[in-house]
This record gives sequence, C-alpha cells and structure tokens, in this order.
Amino acid sequence: MARERVPVVAGWFGGEGEEFRLTGTRCRSCEAVFFPREDAFCRNPECGGRELDEVPLARRGRVWSYTDGRYRPPAPYVCDPEREWQPYTLVAVELAAERMVVLGQAAPGVGVADLAVGMEVELVPGVLNEDEEHLWMTWHWRPVTEGAL
Amino acid sequence: MSDDVAVLGVGMHPWGKWGRRFTEYGVVAARAALADAGIDWRAVQSVVGAETVRGGYPGYVAGASIAQALGWQGARVTSVYAACASGAQAIGTARAQILAGLADVVLVVGADAAPKGFFAPAGGDRPDDPDWLRFRVLGATNPAYFGLYARRRIAVHGDTPEDFAQVKVKNAAAGSLNPNARYRARVSAEDVARSPVVADPLRLLDICATSDGAAALVLSGLDFAHSHGVSEPVRIRAVSTVTPRYPRTELDLPDIATDSAAAAAPPGLGLRPSIAAAAYEEAGTGPEDLDVAEVYDLSTALELQWYEDLGLCPAGDGAKLLREGATSLGGRIPVNPSGGLASFGEAVPAQAIAQVCELTWQLRGRAGDRQVAGASCGISVNQGLFGHGSAVIAVR
Ligand SMILES: [Zn+2]
Repeated sequence: MARERVPVVAGWFGGEGEEFRLTGTRCRSCEAVFFPREDAFCRNPECGGRELDEVPLARRGRVWSYTDGRYRPPAPYVCDPEREWQPYTLVAVELAAERMVVLGQAAPGVGVADLAVGMEVELVPGVLNEDEEHLWMTWHWRPVTEGAL
Repeated sequence: MSDDVAVLGVGMHPWGKWGRRFTEYGVVAARAALADAGIDWRAVQSVVGAETVRGGYPGYVAGASIAQALGWQGARVTSVYAACASGAQAIGTARAQILAGLADVVLVVGADAAPKGFFAPAGGDRPDDPDWLRFRVLGATNPAYFGLYARRRIAVHGDTPEDFAQVKVKNAAAGSLNPNARYRARVSAEDVARSPVVADPLRLLDICATSDGAAALVLSGLDFAHSHGVSEPVRIRAVSTVTPRYPRTELDLPDIATDSAAAAAPPGLGLRPSIAAAAYEEAGTGPEDLDVAEVYDLSTALELQWYEDLGLCPAGDGAKLLREGATSLGGRIPVNPSGGLASFGEAVPAQAIAQVCELTWQLRGRAGDRQVAGASCGISVNQGLFGHGSAVIAVR
C-alpha cells in the first residue's frame, strides 16, 4: 500500500510540480506578507489588521547564505540513529518581491560546494523523513539549472 | 548621575562541566559576591534570579531556588527568563527596584547546569513553538544559524576562516589568564583549522561550548554604597533590554524566515546595533568612550559582527579591526578580556551577569594579568533568542 504523503506542517506549502509554492498570508489592510503564516492578526505595528488571506510566495529567489549540519541534530528532528549521519545543507533564500529571507533544506545531493551567495534557487517538494505509513513532506531549495525557464 | 546604581560586589563559580545542581554553583557565586560586597545575606532585601528553561518546564525556578539554598530570609523575589539575555533582564529588574526605592540592596544571580551537546527544544509534539519547528522541519541547530551568518560575512565583507580562527586565538589567550574560565589552554589558528567542521564554514573551535557556571552581583543605590563606606563604586549607568523593530529583516534564532520588508520600510537600525544605541543613549556615551567590551561570541564570526554593531568600526571592517590588534589585550579597545564564550562556554542565565563581573574587575583595576590599563568605561552586550536585546554600560 502506498504511504500517505503528509505535510510536516499543515498549510505551509501546497501545489504540485511547477505549481509547488510556500504558502504565506497577506494582510488585507497593509499588504504585509507573513511566512510562517499569521492567520489571526497582522504583526505590523502600524496596522493592527485582523483579516489575512493566503498568498503563495515566489517560487524562485537568491541565496542569502547557506551552511550544513555535519552532526546529527537532536529531536524533534527525525532520523534513523542506526544509520550513519548524512549531513544536510541549509539554505537561506531572499525572495525579491516579498523582500524576505526564508530558510529551507537544500534538495538531496546539493552540498555547500554547489552553492554561492546570490545564486538563483527554486522551490521543489521534498521528503523530510518517512515512517511505515507516511512520507513527511517538506520544501527544498535547489539551484536553478542553467538555461532552464 | 542619579540613575546610576552601584556594583557593591561580584562573584562567580568557575565555568566547567560537572553536572551538579545549578543551585550549588549559584550559592558559591552568590556568597562570593556577598563577601566581596561586605554584605550579610540576611540584609539583602531582594533577590533576582536569571533562569533557564529546559524540558518544557521552568524547573530551574531561579530566584526562589537560590534564596532557599542560601537560607530563606524573606527577601522579595523575582525570576526572569529571556534566554541568553536573562542576566541583563535580572540586572535591569534589580536596578529598577533600587531606583524605585523598593530595595536598597539586591542580589542578582544566574546559574546553570547545561546539558551535553546541542541545545534542544522541549519535547512533545508542539508545532505552535517556533523553536520546536526549526528543529523538526529543518534540523536547524544554533550552530547552523552561526554558520549562515559566518558564510554571509565571507560573501559580503570578504572575511576568511583565518580571520574567524584569529578571534579564537585572541580569546583563548585572554582566557588563559582567567581562573574562572573553563578552557585555559592557548589555541593556535592551526588548532582551529584542524578541528572538525560543525556547520560550514565554522569548525568546532569557532563555536562556543555549553557549560555549567554561575555569576552573581550585589547591587545597591549610590547613597547606600556611600554609607557602606564605598566612595567610588563601579556604577551601572545603562541597561538596554530592547526588542527588534518591525519589519525585522535579519534572520534570527529560532525563526524560519524574516519579516517581509515589502509593505513597510525596514528600521534604520537592526536589533544588534539598536541594543548598543539604546545603551549609549541612556548612558550619554558612545563607542569612542569605551575602554573595554565584553561581547557575546557564540561564534568567532559573531564577535566580528559585534565590533561593527557596537560602532567600534564601520560595517564590514570587523576583521580589519581584529587584524590590527585593536581588540586584543593591549590594543585600543580590548574585546572579551575575560576570554569570552570561547574560553567559558555558555551557561545561559549566568552569562550576561558574568560579563558584568568582568567589567567590574576591569573598572576596579583588579583584573590581574588581563587588566585593561586605566579602564573607566565598559560595555557588555548580547542577544537572547526570540528577540531579547541585552547590554550594560558600567563606569567608574
Ligand atoms: Zn496589516
């Protein structure tokens, strides 16, 4: 039986394939954008709005910085303690229209040597961890292949 | 200045890793500070504890636990938690009580017994906690954020891993002179380069450890100090505990994203420079008045950032200031003459208080081999996760 695909956090991303996006919210009064989403109130001190709508964030951005995790992080990060630790790469990405920086893991196989500050990256769906019944889904950043649209 | 408070006494339990109860460390530090002040514990009217929170329970309920360990004597009690900034908030609380006339003599204590390895959030399934989320979704440890900042400095300012290593070399040299430091061996740039990478580009010796330790202060009003026979006490002239301004455009622990600056212009100053600016304004001083600084070197690269955020040099010139030797003992503005977190490791609720202990010894001219000659004005600065600013300016 196929395992169920479950987002690691509900409501933070959605869409399939090319349409995959992080999901933020935008204040109806001042147009401030929030990710992770704020649903109850706007955090702009000039505003005080209470009505926010879902908004997809840009699919592409530029690398603000990056690093990796050479040692196994503690729980609640999920990993198999029996298996040798495989470092993962973290990328902080600047989204031009939203003027914000969003962290994410890099797609599998992307190491720090493959990245540079300012490089264009795009959002892709990825699997954070799996168990017998679920694939826990997340977002990954991946360098934009040269020439690709 | 009528808004100054006096530092009557300072005390520490040396930093290390023994796994004993935090109250044991706290009592040693508190008794040392009381002895230094010449104040009987039973005469203390208020005790303020800087606390830590582990395992989802504020189990180290600091003020009362320390008061109980010292022997209940009925003093007013306060416990504050602001992550790494807990100690500054404890000092700020004590100062407010003194200036409001609620107490003449206040004991401030921070003590911690740190767990092994990475700091981790409380357990359970808690997706409403940003600290829990960054570990669950990203595995983003504290050093991961330090690595991001360090890489950014390399890209934007041209810093090198060698520059970062030289911060460790400098701080280890100062720490080798400090009997309260946990790490007292000198370290070479080669030692740093040989240590394993933890979070690229940072290596083990670029990142501060987590430690057990305790620090305490006895604070009073100036009138009390004078009547107690202390004519020229070290005085605390400013305590900055500011928060960020929206939109916050610098990625900070434990956040997964910054605020968006699309709909509102970012503030003129980010959090770190605003921490210093608030302290300078309150004290009526500026970076040019400083003789010594204690900054929160969670990583070597972060120390360079603090140089710029304190205004010791223009943005991007932190590594240049270091290379010139300005921030070494004997330099123009020695930074972390205590040895810093590089030599202590972090004992979270004690650390900001320990910084003020060092400033006090420096301003008294009692810092021994690590004395900054003629120091009369010093600043300590740090930042607690979730947006807690922390700085103290002390003068003599
Ligand atoms: Zn709004």
